[in-house]
Amino acid sequence: MTDRDQTFAKVAELIEPFNKKGVALTDSTTFAGDLEWDSLVVMDFVASVEDEFDILITMNMQAEIETVGQLVDAVAKLKAEG
Amino acid sequence: MTEALQNAMDPADEAQPVAAPGRDLFAKFDPLIAEREALLSTGVRDPFGLVMEKVLSPTRAIIRGKETILLGTYNYMGMTFDPDVIAAGKKALDDYGSGTTGSRVLNGTYQGHRECEEALKEFYGTDHAMVFSTGYQANLGLMSTIAGKEDYIILDADSHASIYDGCFLGDAQIVRFRHNNVDDLARRLARLPAEAGKLVVLEGVYSMLGDIAPLKAMVEVAKRHGAMVVVDEAHGMGFFGAHGRGVFEEAEVEDQVEFVVGTFSKSVGTVGGFVVSNHPKFEVLRLVCRPYVFTASLPPSVVATAATSIRKLMHAEEKRAHLWKNSRRLHLGLRELGFTLATPEAQSAIIAVLLADQETTVRMWQALLEAGLYVNMARPPATPTGTFLLRCSLCASHTDEEVGQIIEMFAGAGRATGVIG
Repeated sequence: MTDRDQTFAKVAELIEPFNKKGVALTDSTTFAGDLEWDSLVVMDFVASVEDEFDILITMNMQAEIETVGQLVDAVAKLKAEG
Repeated sequence: MTEALQNAMDPADEAQPVAAPGRDLFAKFDPLIAEREALLSTGVRDPFGLVMEKVLSPTRAIIRGKETILLGTYNYMGMTFDPDVIAAGKKALDDYGSGTTGSRVLNGTYQGHRECEEALKEFYGTDHAMVFSTGYQANLGLMSTIAGKEDYIILDADSHASIYDGCFLGDAQIVRFRHNNVDDLARRLARLPAEAGKLVVLEGVYSMLGDIAPLKAMVEVAKRHGAMVVVDEAHGMGFFGAHGRGVFEEAEVEDQVEFVVGTFSKSVGTVGGFVVSNHPKFEVLRLVCRPYVFTASLPPSVVATAATSIRKLMHAEEKRAHLWKNSRRLHLGLRELGFTLATPEAQSAIIAVLLADQETTVRMWQALLEAGLYVNMARPPATPTGTFLLRCSLCASHTDEEVGQIIEMFAGAGRATGVIG
């Protein structure tokens, strides 16, 4: 497993409690469209990702993240910076 | 003007421009329109379309011809019909006219605006006070102006829309922490660059559930990480703390909070917003804060009523005590009836009754209205995830008899709708 695969797997695990429709997750899965998350679910989920990886994903960054793949890449980048 | 445009506009030109088929920008609201139509088609009244035909007092109005007890107004201290407040407003109308027609920094600062700021400085014991045209604009102005692109704003996830909108208007980096969670705030502050400018934004009372913030612990954490602190006391002014300043006074953190934001549209009983501070450079905000500069100032009658009300609130110990008595009594009464409430005890003058879903909530809201009681209905996204609630806000002018009637009305409506057994 590459680092990216591991990050993807961890992110997928964190998505599960909020994945009410059991959507299959790929890099191109969108949070608003495919997972149908509203802003409140996003808040809970982002907080759990931040705490898992010990990073901060500002709301400014969140505005640019629409898919699972983009989130995985952002987490990898923030971990490297931290 | 280009030649082509000239030609297009020539009435003699027979080839009239054809409008291209465009996308209706309102299409995005279709789901909301459909949801509302479905709800209203069941015969319920529109919770967001109510009209007060006459207002009799801070606690009573005529709605659809029926005298109704008001339990959803934020008129906590019952100042809207205070004779001194009304007299001050009438006199200012006579002396200064109906409006200023100008910005605070140009022609819109009258003697009354200064006197209103003096009243706030006395009420809060601060060096500076700045009056905005609404509470919304006070938050919009403070957040967007003092935190720049390299700075961080750290805010509670349940913050009021005006705080979020102030963040979006500015350039700062925005970080959220879980509602009222001190450890969550501490973890996020620890992840920020030590040298970065930081502003922690808290509210004394959170208006949806009526819960209060653990300000003592939160301010301590913020200070440990070198952050400046702003507390919004919109729903706490008037009846928390020895001087009625708010939850931050009761929590004894007055000397560690840089900015307090407030409103005139709740306990003060009119409209307007403010920020008070002891920061030595505070006054520069009058020149750089866009929501302060680029809008007309409050009408003279409004600042006159606000100043009079604020001065009376300094000595409103009896009203404060009665408001707290009302809030505790209603909380206990509803709890004993079997309603599910958002807080285990009355923490503020807001009591939120939690209900299962939108349909039950609207039916209960309507049953109360038909019995002669108005409360606020609230639903996501204004409320936390999946929460539908009826929000009650008490007033110092509710009599003991009225609170008894309110509890009886809840009992009747709750049984009629099956919310309680």
